[in-house]
Amino acid sequence: MSQPMNQPSPPGDESPTVAAAPAGPPPPPTRRTTELWLLAFSAALLSIANILVDANQEAALTSQILYNGAAFLALFAAAHFAVRKWAPYADPLILPFAALLNGLGLVMIHRIDLAMASRLEINPEDWQAVYYGGPLVGRQILWMVIGVAFFILTLWRIKDHRPLAKYGYTCGLVGLVALALPGIIPFQSIAPTINGAKIWLTFPGFSIQPGEFAKILLTIFFASFLVSKRELFTAAGRTFLRMNWPRARDMAPLFVAWGASVGVLVFERDLGTSLLFFGMVLVMLYIATERAAWVVLGLTLFVGGCLVAYQLFGHVRQRIANWIDPFATYDEAGGGYQIVQSLFSLGSGGIFGSGLGSGRPDIVPEPHTDFITVGMGEEMGFVGLSAVLILYLLLVMRGLRSALAVRDSFGKLMAGGLAFTLGFQVFVVVGGVTKLIPATGITAPFLSYGGSSLLANYILIALLLRISDAARRPAAPPKPKPKQAPIAEAHTEMVARPT
Amino acid sequence: MPELVIQLTRAGFLALLWLFVLAALRVVRSDLYAASGLRASVPNTRRAQPRQPKGAKSPRQLLVTQGALAGTRIALDGRPISIGRADDSTLVLDDDYASTRHARLVLRGSDWYVEDLGSTNGTYLDRAKVTGPTRVPLRAPIRIGKTVIELHS
Repeated sequence: MSQPMNQPSPPGDESPTVAAAPAGPPPPPTRRTTELWLLAFSAALLSIANILVDANQEAALTSQILYNGAAFLALFAAAHFAVRKWAPYADPLILPFAALLNGLGLVMIHRIDLAMASRLEINPEDWQAVYYGGPLVGRQILWMVIGVAFFILTLWRIKDHRPLAKYGYTCGLVGLVALALPGIIPFQSIAPTINGAKIWLTFPGFSIQPGEFAKILLTIFFASFLVSKRELFTAAGRTFLRMNWPRARDMAPLFVAWGASVGVLVFERDLGTSLLFFGMVLVMLYIATERAAWVVLGLTLFVGGCLVAYQLFGHVRQRIANWIDPFATYDEAGGGYQIVQSLFSLGSGGIFGSGLGSGRPDIVPEPHTDFITVGMGEEMGFVGLSAVLILYLLLVMRGLRSALAVRDSFGKLMAGGLAFTLGFQVFVVVGGVTKLIPATGITAPFLSYGGSSLLANYILIALLLRISDAARRPAAPPKPKPKQAPIAEAHTEMVARPT
Repeated sequence: MPELVIQLTRAGFLALLWLFVLAALRVVRSDLYAASGLRASVPNTRRAQPRQPKGAKSPRQLLVTQGALAGTRIALDGRPISIGRADDSTLVLDDDYASTRHARLVLRGSDWYVEDLGSTNGTYLDRAKVTGPTRVPLRAPIRIGKTVIELHS
């Protein structure tokens, strides 16, 4: 198997798409070729993973695997050429990271499909396999293709991120409605309660999780809101405990955000989305104002809200009890069973894992969505799972770097918010399944099975690439004013036709 | 599959996964200076400068003559130079008398102008306090806190 990145690429491997400017510094490298190499590397890596899974699960090794790898590469080559065309200076790492994570998720879902199929063969009434509902990898591939299509569409339609600020309030309204819709609609046929959370909207043929899209829309809204109202939040307040506190009347937006996130917690019973949403608001406020007081205030509010919710709602109490001692509630309905299975699974994986296809990730509940990282931790071990987490870390880091480098404050806030949301989501889901924080039920970006999540995250990285393109694009060289006589005095002159 | 093959492929796959991470980290490292706002100090930029015709008396570089950064040179390529304590300034001052966004040098036509951006302690061109955009002659000292900078051709 060839490893493209093993040969040190010559420094001149950058794409020649940009002609050198006639004077001044040479344009910075676009690094698109690096991106293509990394995509090819991830396709090779995923083909190997696929071979390992099939070999260890004793499925027939056919040339189909090579076709799968080639199709994966072709799909992301299309995305790559869209980036090359519409965002040539964009960050070279974001797309390969998304591709590799998504591919690893596909391998894992395929692996769980195989495990569930063999369990059904042994016992057709195996409730977990029946509940799992058949091979899912095909649907996930379909969602991946749609996601990449939306990725390309976003890059194509949004040529510049700054005009998005104009639609800030529209985005905010739509996002808030999307966030609240499943909680508001009382009909179980449209907004069903699945696994205790009421975050779905079902339509004939498919269902979506509008909260995933709301997170992008609300990030855009907060970025534009904070840019236009920044003075309001930095207005001098009183100094207390060596921190400058905002005035009471300036805190209204924070209270609104807090109310919305508590509403999500209460009416949709979704701790994950609630946490994600409130964390995003706090971090964007902090980025915009550089005042720690907002974070302290927000965290106090959140802790207060959680304490009240703990007193009032049984499902919150149950989650906390499962978190503190999952073994004590192992046998209860809705008890610590999930967490305990997850911990056993990670424990049996150990440092190096059982090898892809050799573990039992199927005996963990929800192995293809919330607990997919646990399956990876079991089969690839601590070493493999930490590589996956580093991929996420680097992805978030590149997003934050774009936020640092971009020149307009709306772009800074939006990229910072989007990158943070991505990272925080990983923290919430991985922290939940490893018993660091109470389990929440949220998808791992790009890894988990689920169309809404995949689609939303592809749109998210398209926006990040758009901003990083703006950040890394060299400033247009100052045009020297042509020394031209006024048109009235100008002579007719011969001009060489540009060839 | 034989046990040995399973063990070897298991380790091999993890090694490849980490190889990908290392390849990505290499790209991150080679990319440190891109788009960090520090383009002015990248050597390539300076090398490209002398292509301009000699004789034109326009400033080509900014030289810090006093202060903690004394000796620093920044090539002028027509882009505005921001000065202050903010990390994204072109010239980042670590000086108690400088403001976060202290002053800015901009090119208008063929002349450079210094502008004070509402700093606390002011910007001085030679001995005069800068109130509005002021043209900067060659070798005229601009004082910002303890730092003095000059434009040289």
